[in-house]
Amino acid sequence: MFLENLTIALRAIGANKMRSLLTVLGVMIGVAAVIAVVSLVQGMQYKLSNDLQDIGSNYLEVYPDAGENRNPFLQKFPELTIEDASAVQKSVPSIRQFTPIFLGNAQTKFGDTRHAVPLRAVSGAYQEVFNIWVEKGRFFTPLDEEQKKRICTLGLTAVEKLNLGNDPIGKTIQIDGNGFTVVGIMEKKGGMFGQDRDDMVLIPFSTASTVYGIDNMKRLVLAFQMKTGTDLDMVKEQITETLRGRHHLAKGARDDFKIMAQEEILKMISKALMTTSLVMGAVVGIALLVGGIGIMNIMLVSVTERTREIGIRKSIGARRRDVLMQFLVEAIALSGFGGAVGILGGYVLANIARFALSRLVELPPVHTPFWAIALSFGFCAFLGVLFGFYPAAKASKLDPIEALRYE
Amino acid sequence: MSGTSGPHLIEMRNLTRTYQLGTEEIHALRGVDLVIEQAEYVAIMGPSGSGKSTLMNMIGCLDRPTEGQYILDGIPVETMDDDELASIRNKKIGFVFQTFNLLSRTTALANVELPLVYAKMPRAERRLQAEEALVSVGLKDRMGHQPNELSGGQRQRVAIARALVNKPSLLLADEPTGNLDSQTGREILDLFRDLHSRGNSIILVTHEDDVAREAKRIIHIRDGRIQA
Repeated sequence: MFLENLTIALRAIGANKMRSLLTVLGVMIGVAAVIAVVSLVQGMQYKLSNDLQDIGSNYLEVYPDAGENRNPFLQKFPELTIEDASAVQKSVPSIRQFTPIFLGNAQTKFGDTRHAVPLRAVSGAYQEVFNIWVEKGRFFTPLDEEQKKRICTLGLTAVEKLNLGNDPIGKTIQIDGNGFTVVGIMEKKGGMFGQDRDDMVLIPFSTASTVYGIDNMKRLVLAFQMKTGTDLDMVKEQITETLRGRHHLAKGARDDFKIMAQEEILKMISKALMTTSLVMGAVVGIALLVGGIGIMNIMLVSVTERTREIGIRKSIGARRRDVLMQFLVEAIALSGFGGAVGILGGYVLANIARFALSRLVELPPVHTPFWAIALSFGFCAFLGVLFGFYPAAKASKLDPIEALRYE
Repeated sequence: MSGTSGPHLIEMRNLTRTYQLGTEEIHALRGVDLVIEQAEYVAIMGPSGSGKSTLMNMIGCLDRPTEGQYILDGIPVETMDDDELASIRNKKIGFVFQTFNLLSRTTALANVELPLVYAKMPRAERRLQAEEALVSVGLKDRMGHQPNELSGGQRQRVAIARALVNKPSLLLADEPTGNLDSQTGREILDLFRDLHSRGNSIILVTHEDDVAREAKRIIHIRDGRIQA
């Protein structure tokens, strides 16, 4: 019976191709929007969790945190200094690798080309801590750090932006007016959240302290790689105790720093992405609802147009249920078709968006998860049932005599 | 075949049907007593407004009486709900309409299969039986045609095949020649005679005397009552 109903439905839809297409356009666009957004967001998340897996589950970072209620006029922004870092290193025995990170923005110049670029001053352990490696040339050696050499490594985008050509190693660039020799090129990391992580310059921390002055480097991020099997909760306690002592925080006062493990970072970002998805989903849900109303409208028209057909079917033995199912299947076929085209369109749309935006920001490859496809399709079927039910019920309740008489 | 064995095909006892049209009550049927035996060929005649259509709808189980009793093939149907009536229509009655009432954009074969679809017959069996019915009305070569590719007479033959495909107890024809030229109408009436001679019970509703004369028995209806 279902097969018969499907045949009838497809024939009815086929008989009014243009009308059917226009009817499901709303659903199509709605679904396409959902799939496009979810695909892009999931792509980011997918890339992100891979990246964070690179960092590993023993990664921990500490950064100064003023909290949300800081009064910027009365309270000064909390500090996290290199002395704090040394203290933590001493009190936590399970640290395997450590780098302080000084975050800044630098004006760089090569020849006549100028480029503003994020700058990070780090120690030689940076590579191990973040699992990001030099691809060409070399990274900072202990000797470099000891001698506070004016050297740097660059990300690929920075190399490009500065017109350094194919062989930048050994060339000297200006960073905030000081000459630095390029010693290495970092491996490609790709974009994330509209931020190009290859547009970056790294310099040794010790060098930075002479160039920028250690007094200007008091809001550090401390990044740690713990020994395998470390109890991270215990480490957090040790770090908290050390820093609270050093910062003379009274009992009951909140921490003026935050400790994040890899897992928590992942969770936090996932949550943000999920929220984006859900908000978009809700907006698009409304669009789909409107599309559903379009389907209901056209199904009502269809029922009226086919009153006589309904009369014929009833006269030769179709029960209410049979007529109900026939029109319900037609509504579901309509919305299902819209959904299927929408899913395909959304996937294409996401890729087009990624391509179109690639000049502005680099987005990770589109990733369309199965659950999004299943959910969209299921929701379309649900729409078909929801908005097809009233017209179908109306059809099923027609009086056969009246229906047969209908012209 | 005679009606003495088994139940009557149709047995109506004091059947009334009253419509409410605004504030006015329309008495379409005012106490109809009617017995029709198995394998009879009966014509129902009457002017418009006589209650002819209402009686036909009643016989065809498309409508329920306001009062009275209707036993079809031994089954009391006057208290049945819509779905039960649909099932009776499906199994017991084959309709032939003046305007053919075939589904458009649907082949002759699919049209004839339709009652079997609602009877939930398996696909292969259904097809076989529908083909058989089309052959029996002389449309062996037209099975794959859609109604708009068929002549009026051919369409009515498809409709008759559809009415017969379920092997119903009763063939109920409402002005079956009304939309056909006299030559084609003649052919359809010949087909009915043939079907009757093969043991089918036929009730023909018409207002044409020469069509009614085809039947073995003529029932006149006027003002909601049977005349003779």
